[in-house]
Amino acid sequence: MSAFIHALSGLGGKLAAHVLLTFSAIMLGIAVALPLAAWASRSPRIARLALGFASLVQTIPALALLALFFPILLSLRALLGEGLPTLGFLPALLALSLYALLPILRNAVTAQANLDPGVLEAADAVGMTEWQKLRLVEAPLAAPYVMAGIRTAAVWTIGAATLSTTIGQPSLGDPIFAGLQTQNWALVLAGCAAAAGLALLTDALLGIVEKGFALRRPALWLSGMVAVALGVAAALASQFSGYRDDPVVIGAKSFSEQYILARLIGQRLEQAGYPVEYRDGLGSAVAHNAVADGSIDILVDYTGTIWTNHMQRPDSVGRDAMLRQIREWEQQNSGTQVLGRLGFENAYGLAMRADRAAELGVTSIAELAALDHRLTVGGDPEFFERPEWEAVRNAYGLDFAARRTFSPTFMYNALRSGAADVIGAYTSDGRIAADRLVLLEDPEQAFPNYDAIILLSAQASNDSELTASLAPLLGAIDVETMRAANLTVDRTADKRTPSEAARILAEELGL
Amino acid sequence: MSRIDLAVQRGSFLALVGASGSGKSTLLKMINRLVEPSRGQLFFEEREVGDMAPTALRRAIGYVFQDIGLFPHMNVAENIGIGPRLAGSPLGSERVAQLLDLVELEPALVDRYPGELSGGQRQRVGVARALAGEPRLLLMDEPFGALDPVTRVALGERVRALHDTLGLTTIMVTHDMTEALLLADRVLVMDAGAIVADETPADLVRGRGGEIAQNLVAISRAQARKLAELER
Repeated sequence: MSAFIHALSGLGGKLAAHVLLTFSAIMLGIAVALPLAAWASRSPRIARLALGFASLVQTIPALALLALFFPILLSLRALLGEGLPTLGFLPALLALSLYALLPILRNAVTAQANLDPGVLEAADAVGMTEWQKLRLVEAPLAAPYVMAGIRTAAVWTIGAATLSTTIGQPSLGDPIFAGLQTQNWALVLAGCAAAAGLALLTDALLGIVEKGFALRRPALWLSGMVAVALGVAAALASQFSGYRDDPVVIGAKSFSEQYILARLIGQRLEQAGYPVEYRDGLGSAVAHNAVADGSIDILVDYTGTIWTNHMQRPDSVGRDAMLRQIREWEQQNSGTQVLGRLGFENAYGLAMRADRAAELGVTSIAELAALDHRLTVGGDPEFFERPEWEAVRNAYGLDFAARRTFSPTFMYNALRSGAADVIGAYTSDGRIAADRLVLLEDPEQAFPNYDAIILLSAQASNDSELTASLAPLLGAIDVETMRAANLTVDRTADKRTPSEAARILAEELGL
Repeated sequence: MSRIDLAVQRGSFLALVGASGSGKSTLLKMINRLVEPSRGQLFFEEREVGDMAPTALRRAIGYVFQDIGLFPHMNVAENIGIGPRLAGSPLGSERVAQLLDLVELEPALVDRYPGELSGGQRQRVGVARALAGEPRLLLMDEPFGALDPVTRVALGERVRALHDTLGLTTIMVTHDMTEALLLADRVLVMDAGAIVADETPADLVRGRGGEIAQNLVAISRAQARKLAELER
């Protein structure tokens, strides 16, 4: 319980960001939906088109809609200039506004369609222009229904906004994603409780506004609106009072090692006097591109990931040659600077429980290939889509009986429970030693090299003080040390937060 | 709607009578352009209505209809004052009180909402709203159809009295021949979009106006006769 309260008390900044994001998205949704509804009430064709479009948007999963804005904004850069942000607030705002559109639009259109025709004829008969009719008759009569739509939109948007974490926008999704990854359920619960509480409070306040409209009691709807405005103002104040200008932004993909290394880097920079911000839980491709466009300044990435995913290289070269070519490629294509290796490798590998491997007499992937038709393979959602998986499958002719996808955390539980026989594991994962797993040998060297490297945005790489304070990290972390640090966060008993693990790691490294 | 050729004298009280679908409401609505005729011309005080802005035309003409059409989110004073407000010269409270008095409503009703009024009170407000802009022409589309008989007769008489004292020209659509005979000084009977009779009430009662008109008059007459027999 105390862990939950502690986690909850640390959410102020995320809550404020969440409030501002959802408020902006709903306001933008209203600004688009209401004129559209007025137009739709005068043209059945527009009504069909607008409602059809809004319904279509609604069928796109929120997570996908958020992610889709990255390529859309990227392609719009050609028109609007390189300064257009592709990650963070802007795409989150646009995606959530689209999401808010349907309930507002549908309620407004329905309300107008159901207005008493006698009243509308009277409006014409007393000599109202179309605009006067809209302003003096249709809008006030439709207001309670429109407000009900806005309420629905607000509750949806507050929920969906938690997903904006994945595109680099701070929100109440941050603790949820971080907690899911590190199995810190207090953190997950705190994020969910805060989001649900915010949704309930907003619903209640907008309910007062709706009731005020329905009963034609200006005092009632004004008090509801003032309460909402005060909440938004408080969020604004807290966002910008604690705002230090131009902090160094450190990104982390959604697994424990990334959280720990981001904190390790952040803590060093804070010692050096830099203000620091974290963007956690980023998708792999999103994170890499975010460094390129300067949305984040520092990221730990892996050579094999860049080699196969971003450079689209199907071949494999030596470790040093790979790093050299990545350095050149980043320089030319993204302006991102490769600072250097951290020392350990976090490769993909196939792992099994030691007892199961012994029972089957398997030590390498080549031996596995003989038995694969009886076995189930598990992997994280990315794994089976990656070129490495295809490379390994082709190299050894693998053909498993079944394939199952898990979140990284649950993948290990699946192995333990027997729901999967083999998993696509990460070689630096602390659970390999802790769960007594074996990594199968890869005699064909089908998995490429995955040295952890530090990437710097063009801006950060020009800061010699910053690069100097990161230099001691280069080559300092071996794979055993990293596994041990990862385990302190991933294990279920005596769990550490990523930030504590980073401090312990720094001590061990003598930094 | 075919071959309508009609002139209405200033100051007259005209009733348009006919069965449902005979075209009487459509004809009425063409006057203030709530319905646009596909062909033909219509003049209001020597100006062709097709050349006038619909909003200006409608503000110059009082309009009362069966649905009453009070704005449910406006109180009595706001409903009555809507036309002058749109025209840019809002009514003072004295004028509102005067209009309430004209339609025999309590002054205390000014800040009530339509939902709080009886059907008769609502239609009285509807009449007051139609008169607020001091129109010279008053159009009424089955104005008393939804009211109980007592209210209906009282309000009908009140409107006729206002017509006389304010010097209005009034055109009233009704399906009730008795009402037309008792209130109007000229009765037009419509059937299938055409005017089939154009008579004074006295001439209609004397048997003129043709078969369709006389069928309608016969109903009124039969009722009157039965009542007279009951009295004996």
